[in-house]
Amino acid sequence: MAVSEDILRIVTAYAERGGAKKVTHVYLVIGELSSFVDDSIQFYFNLLTPGTIVEGAELHFERIKTRFRCRKCGHEFEPEERNWMCPKCRALGGDVIAGKEFYVDSIEIATLEAS
Amino acid sequence: MSENPSGPSRVTVVERLLTANEEVASDNRAEFRAHGVKVINIMASPGAGKTTLLLSTIRALPHERLGVIEGDVASQVDADRIATTGTPVVQINTGGACHLDAPMIRHSMKALPLDNLELIFVENVGNLICPVSFDLGQDFNVGLISVPEGHDKPYKYPAIFEAVDLVIVTKSDLLPYLDFEVDTFRDLVHGLNPEVPVLVLSAKTGDGMDAWINWLEDKLPHQERLA
Repeated sequence: MAVSEDILRIVTAYAERGGAKKVTHVYLVIGELSSFVDDSIQFYFNLLTPGTIVEGAELHFERIKTRFRCRKCGHEFEPEERNWMCPKCRALGGDVIAGKEFYVDSIEIATLEAS
Repeated sequence: MSENPSGPSRVTVVERLLTANEEVASDNRAEFRAHGVKVINIMASPGAGKTTLLLSTIRALPHERLGVIEGDVASQVDADRIATTGTPVVQINTGGACHLDAPMIRHSMKALPLDNLELIFVENVGNLICPVSFDLGQDFNVGLISVPEGHDKPYKYPAIFEAVDLVIVTKSDLLPYLDFEVDTFRDLVHGLNPEVPVLVLSAKTGDGMDAWINWLEDKLPHQERLA
């Protein structure tokens, strides 16, 4: 719920600044490691947006896969579900360099009333 | 932003979510610091033994001024258990939210005698996923995993193991009866978070509790004043 409220707040601020009459699309970037589920964001979004300029906007979710940087050899790789070994040197795990993203990337707005 | 007078325009945003929560968490942090209180956020699955560990911890630190903030979807059961020790405790009922957030802490901290406390434990809602993303204003994060849950939890819930300052394996008294491999678990945790200490203990038998108490005592505010 808090996440959807945040999305609404951010989107409304940018839309108003852009002179929007309506927001048609909201593009979200969500890393695999962030704890947010597309369905629940969509659910709360649908609850919160009626009556706002964001009502009816389509939510788009770009999922970023987790990536490690091996601490031993520096190789960057996408870990498998139950295998975190570096494909180059077989060290276990690494520093998380992708997968924690969680932001509103962009929105699409309509600046004229639909005729 | 593309200019298209008769059609839609794309507006670049790139704004992180939950900044509103982070702002309140920042205020909480400042408030706790102003009162000289350290705050430890305890996260784990339901039934991992958070409350039981807290009860044993309170008994093991009789001279420290402790407080507890309990988080559950509903009921006062955990707060009632803590209250039997005489420790100041406040219960937050989230009414459905699967995690505590900074505004909830901001509200509940007012019910604790902050001027008289050194250390506050926040027992988060039982959940290995959502609490990680919500800063509360705490100083340290501790993640619990109980022996019955299995040693492959880091594969399934990597975010929490990466985020915590301490990992505790609870219910170690059950190790002889289950297939939990402590070394495998340690390796997986260190694959994500190489410096994090991994303790193994049983709040029930007291085995391994010393290491936890030592870790805590090291974090107490008066230790910093001595240093």
